Amino acid sequence: MNAVAARKPDAPGIVIDVEGLTKSFGGRTVVKNVTMQVRRGLIYGFLGPNGSGKTTTIRMLTGLLTPDSGHGTCLGYDILTQSTEIKRHVGYMTQRFSLYTDLSIRENLEFVARVHGMPDPRGATQDAIARLGLENRASQLAGELSGGWKQRLALGACILPSPKLLLLDEPTAGVDPQARREFWDEIHHLAHEGVTVLVSTHYMDEAERCHEIAYIAYGELLTRGTVEEVVAQSGLTTYTVTGGDLTALADELQKKPGVDQVAPFGVELHVSGRDRKRLDAAIAPYRAKNTKAWRQSEPTLEDVFIELMSRSRDNFG
Amino acid sequence: MTGSLSRIAAVFIKEVTQLRRDRLTFAMMVLIPVMQLLLFGYAINTDPRKLPTAVVDLDGSQFSRSFLSAMQETGYFEMDRQPRSEKELDDLFLAGKVQFGVQIPPNFGRDIMRGENPALLVIADATDPSASGNAIAALQQLPARVFTRDLQGAGHIRDGAKPPFELRLHRRYNPTGETSFNIVPGLMGTILTLTMLLFTGLSVTREVERGTMETLLSLPIRPVEIMLGKIAPYVVVGAIQMTIILSAGFLLFGVPLAGSLPLLLVLTTLFICANLAVGYTFSTIATSQLQAMQMSFFFFLPSMLLSGFMFPFRGMPEWAQWIGEVLPLTHFLRIIRGIMLKGAGFGDLATEIAAVAAFTLVAMTIAVMRFRQTLD
Repeated sequence: MNAVAARKPDAPGIVIDVEGLTKSFGGRTVVKNVTMQVRRGLIYGFLGPNGSGKTTTIRMLTGLLTPDSGHGTCLGYDILTQSTEIKRHVGYMTQRFSLYTDLSIRENLEFVARVHGMPDPRGATQDAIARLGLENRASQLAGELSGGWKQRLALGACILPSPKLLLLDEPTAGVDPQARREFWDEIHHLAHEGVTVLVSTHYMDEAERCHEIAYIAYGELLTRGTVEEVVAQSGLTTYTVTGGDLTALADELQKKPGVDQVAPFGVELHVSGRDRKRLDAAIAPYRAKNTKAWRQSEPTLEDVFIELMSRSRDNFG
Repeated sequence: MTGSLSRIAAVFIKEVTQLRRDRLTFAMMVLIPVMQLLLFGYAINTDPRKLPTAVVDLDGSQFSRSFLSAMQETGYFEMDRQPRSEKELDDLFLAGKVQFGVQIPPNFGRDIMRGENPALLVIADATDPSASGNAIAALQQLPARVFTRDLQGAGHIRDGAKPPFELRLHRRYNPTGETSFNIVPGLMGTILTLTMLLFTGLSVTREVERGTMETLLSLPIRPVEIMLGKIAPYVVVGAIQMTIILSAGFLLFGVPLAGSLPLLLVLTTLFICANLAVGYTFSTIATSQLQAMQMSFFFFLPSMLLSGFMFPFRGMPEWAQWIGEVLPLTHFLRIIRGIMLKGAGFGDLATEIAAVAAFTLVAMTIAVMRFRQTLD
């Protein structure tokens, strides 16, 4: 077990510990100076819009991409030099389904079990099939499965070799709500068993299911912490407006200085600003009209993220 | 009607745009025809000259010397070897080092002077009847006229008389000149080259195009393990093809098997591995399945034309022979024709075997090095 000996004595309970990860493709920097730490047994949400560098960051963690600069460890193994050991203990679920569409569920799982050198690939596969509730479909070709079942198979293949860390890249994209719910239940079970899960998503409701989150946009990690911490750190003031013609109000408010964000949520309108004084000044004339109900509220995670994104675009876009 | 035309135009424009974007394909479309025209136009020669010839001259008289120089003057023979014994001559034939052997008996010159009509033996390697055909025709002209000057005034030769000596031609290995004896073993090599290339030529590019490469790369498996695992099943497929072709060769075409069958099977398997390795290497270099197909074709055509399968190897200019020497098929043809027709053994074929083995090893090394372990 040289691999174990080569492991750095990591900080207790830290599974992912990377610093200054940077990667560019063809002169375009996709990930800039990303530093993050993930504790053991956590579900860590990795959020950000499309093309923000989530996939690239995850690939660097698995050793599938070599960072241009930066360093760090994953499960105590160096991401630059020990990708073989990392691959042995990490389950990576790709964004696009990337198992063999011309193999059945069972054949795909057995392949993964054999590559991992598991002592009883057939038995392990049978157990995984039972755990995922795939018994009735075990002989079906993976290519014929619907999105939800494909996702379940992909997760099954990831957890088959009992990894200590799961890296899930937008696992629930294009999956119906029920399948998503079941998927998240499974993730929580795994975390309870001590598996660390890093999951990327752009669904806000999924972010709230995570123990901790990190938000990345334009390749930069903008904030991290628990959902409450992230909301508190944002320094955003939000008012919720109800009643009457909100669309016209929204259009007007959008142009006012001090109003950074106006977002309709059904019958409500969320009006947010970074600077509380300027926001209050901007909305004062409308509040005075008394045609609508104004109430200060907690900004939602979505408000915070959109705010972060626009701020980041102002600085770097 | 106009609607249909504009839809056709839409597809046409899309295809042209995609084609232009695939630089390699575009370059191959333009360069391949030109290159191949030049390559094969200059390389192929169906009238090989300067064929390597071994001479055992036990006479050493004026007559034997002028016969040999007359042979040389035909342009078909290059007398560059003087084996000291018949055994040595046989070894040269087995290893394919010479195409012709001339044996001049002792007292050849004296017997001619005495008008005893001595016999002179010329052995031709007839495994490839077309390669030696013209040379044999030129050779058969010689007895009638070669000694006219030497015998002038000797009174022995008169117009219309029969020649002063007998030229015995021995078509070794294929006395009846059956073309199929040469073609069928060659076909085995050619068919195996083509099918094996196609089997593995797409294997890595397919993973990339289907997106399964990302899973494969995220698993704890090394490139060399992937390669060997991917090649292994086709070795079995190749072995089945080998059995079919060999059986057909024996049963339908009556091709003889002069040498050892186990040796033939082992070496054919080695050759199968060589081609699978090339195909696999192409698939690690190509970025799309189309490119991999083109590369395979680019390899197959010279294999067919420059290996000695379709045209005599010795007829090609030296540079083309060098290209031929790089191709595994060239060496395999010598191996399989050597074993089946000549009964050559491992020792006779050692150079060819080493060449095929070296080729396989180099191809596999390139493939493993080219295999990208990351998505960078």
